[in-house]
Amino acid sequence: MRHRAFFWFILPSLTAMILLIALPIVSVFVQSLYVEHEQILKVTKNCTPFGCKEETTVDFEATQALTKEAPLGKFNGFDTYANRSHLAFYEVKTAWRTADGLQSFFSNLMNLPFYKALAFTLSYTFIVTPFVIVLGLAIALGVNALPKVIKGPTIFVSLLPMIVTPLIGSLILFWMIDAKGIIGATLQIIFDDPDLSLKASPALTWITLFVYGIWHSAPFSFIVFYAGLQTVPEETLEAAMIDGASRWQRVRYVVVPYIAPLVTFILLMQLMDNFRVFEPIVGFSAQANATSLSWIIYNDLRGQDIQLFGSAAATSMLTILGVAVLLTPVLIRTWQQFNRKVV
Amino acid sequence: MYFKSITLAGSMALLSSAAFAGCGISGGNVSILSNDFAAINAVTAAAAECAGDGVEVTINATSEHRDLQVAALSANPAQYSSAVISNGSIVPLLNEGLVRSLDDLVAKHGSSLNPNQLITMDGEIMAIAFMANAQHLFYRSDILEQAGVDVPSTYEDVLNAAEAIRDQGIMEYPVALNTKTGWNLGEEFVNMYMGTGAAMFNPGTAEVAINNDHGVATLNMLKALTEYSDPDFLTFDSNATAALWEAGNLAMATLWGSRGAPILDDEGSTEAITSATVLAAAPTWGGGSTPASTLWWDGFTIAKNVSDADAEATFIAMINGISTDMVKANNDLAPWLIEGYVPDATAAGVAATAAGGANPYPMLPFMGTLHGALGGELSDFLQGNESAEQALADVEAAYTTAAKEKGFLN
Repeated sequence: MRHRAFFWFILPSLTAMILLIALPIVSVFVQSLYVEHEQILKVTKNCTPFGCKEETTVDFEATQALTKEAPLGKFNGFDTYANRSHLAFYEVKTAWRTADGLQSFFSNLMNLPFYKALAFTLSYTFIVTPFVIVLGLAIALGVNALPKVIKGPTIFVSLLPMIVTPLIGSLILFWMIDAKGIIGATLQIIFDDPDLSLKASPALTWITLFVYGIWHSAPFSFIVFYAGLQTVPEETLEAAMIDGASRWQRVRYVVVPYIAPLVTFILLMQLMDNFRVFEPIVGFSAQANATSLSWIIYNDLRGQDIQLFGSAAATSMLTILGVAVLLTPVLIRTWQQFNRKVV
Repeated sequence: MYFKSITLAGSMALLSSAAFAGCGISGGNVSILSNDFAAINAVTAAAAECAGDGVEVTINATSEHRDLQVAALSANPAQYSSAVISNGSIVPLLNEGLVRSLDDLVAKHGSSLNPNQLITMDGEIMAIAFMANAQHLFYRSDILEQAGVDVPSTYEDVLNAAEAIRDQGIMEYPVALNTKTGWNLGEEFVNMYMGTGAAMFNPGTAEVAINNDHGVATLNMLKALTEYSDPDFLTFDSNATAALWEAGNLAMATLWGSRGAPILDDEGSTEAITSATVLAAAPTWGGGSTPASTLWWDGFTIAKNVSDADAEATFIAMINGISTDMVKANNDLAPWLIEGYVPDATAAGVAATAAGGANPYPMLPFMGTLHGALGGELSDFLQGNESAEQALADVEAAYTTAAKEKGFLN
């Protein structure tokens, strides 16, 4: 009976998840296995305001006939996953064989779009996530110690970076870090280097994006930690104070162990969010120096006059796989903790 | 996104004279998808004057039009009865067979058109062009005079002039091109490569042919130019370069002709800068005689998946949109291809580029794929991280991968 009640309870959300998440993922996966039919070409005489010319065009009727027979396209299996735009097995093998030393292998690897994007995506995830957690906790502890009168306004101001839409936030910062913008010009004066440009060098672009990511996500971890801090029992803290514990010791030995489960929660959310980093790359026009997996998907669909649906689908599946791999250790740990509590 | 709907009541209130209403259309729905800049907005606004007497005109003017058009016109009935396109963006519509032949409509209602406005593919009229565009040289006559150099006619001259300007301490970064990674950078490569006179594809095939000496020379010229550009050059799109120009930070730039009117007007810049700004032909280079630029036209198409009545109503409305009256009211917005246009200073650069024999941007079905590959793979070279040969090999590999997926190559 308990099982039956449980089933009815989760039925609405289960239906929504199957319809809106599971089925689309299956359809994207199916799409990633197909490429478009061969386009049948013909040469025609075309005239424009600038004169007439013999040009190659698509024979629409002939190509349409192929599409009618098999609307999904030509079955390609996992070849799209293996091609140069994705896992690039052949190119990686060649790079490994021809490379003299690890450094030249990695520089060849970074020449492939998928690995280049993966490098930035992973660096972003593993640098931004810990900073967000530590900084969020520090802000939460700071705000918690403030007198009541100024607490409300401080919380509101601290949340602003998260309230601002990511694209708008990054665009505003993009203009501010311009060589003629307030931050860019100030940095040039501080470092006494008139050529300093945060947009030009790969290293500085990466740092800019990391700083933006931390600035944008810290409020999320702050507000979660702040909520957690309200539930830390006063008695334990007072007992620690009577025992002569300093503020640091109280945080280290009372507060942090108490809100540790929240760290797992924030870690899960941040790993997922940061692995899908996208808006700041568009906002900062950073694609020359930094691309992410999500940006590659966007570029396949929106970067040119034609859309590469199969390629975008394959990158999407690889992104889902990446998120799964990243989250597995955290999930296993949570499961073990959960089991310990039950026993 | 900017969406306006002019209904019967609204249009009667908007129009100063009700005599235009209807344009002789008996009824129907006219819905237009277009890019969003001043010249095109003038055309669609004039087409909207046909609203009334049972004719409804809606306009969606958005810079995202290229991403919407294929899906919107694939629907049956199509979401829009007309898509305003250029010679680049018409190709996906032709590839998918989404626009109709205009032969009958032109015969019936197109007597006011110039013959060179008709875009014909294999003898069938598929679009009506109304304006031309091209990237060409903008220069500041006062700065060139101060530096004591002649007006450049080749990119080698541009480099020499830039060196002189830098040497004399007038400007550190006097040059700009639209070199933002992606579509813009791809366009600069295509323009520069056109100056060599070489073909981009092996004739009659979809095999790319840029991985050669011409390609290397093209890349080296682009790199030499960007060395006189601000280090942020990989973020420069058309808005950014126009703003730099209006701020007086540039002496020579290759910009779109359609930026001429907004730059030369009395907004956003000073009199000293605009009065010294001259629009000239796109330079040649490497001893070639073809200007290193591509010619573009903007025009309109009529969707295939709409009723014949709506198609006819749309055609009449668009013909009204590109009438001589519209051109007379908006003469300085673009180099119009329409009867009654009087060329002025804002069109001088495009006219000179066309007269110099520049090639049109290729309307090949796989051109967009190559353009995308170029835009994505060239920034490493321009930053000095890899050789020109490696960059071209990357472009070729990226293009081949994408062209295989699109079915252009096996």
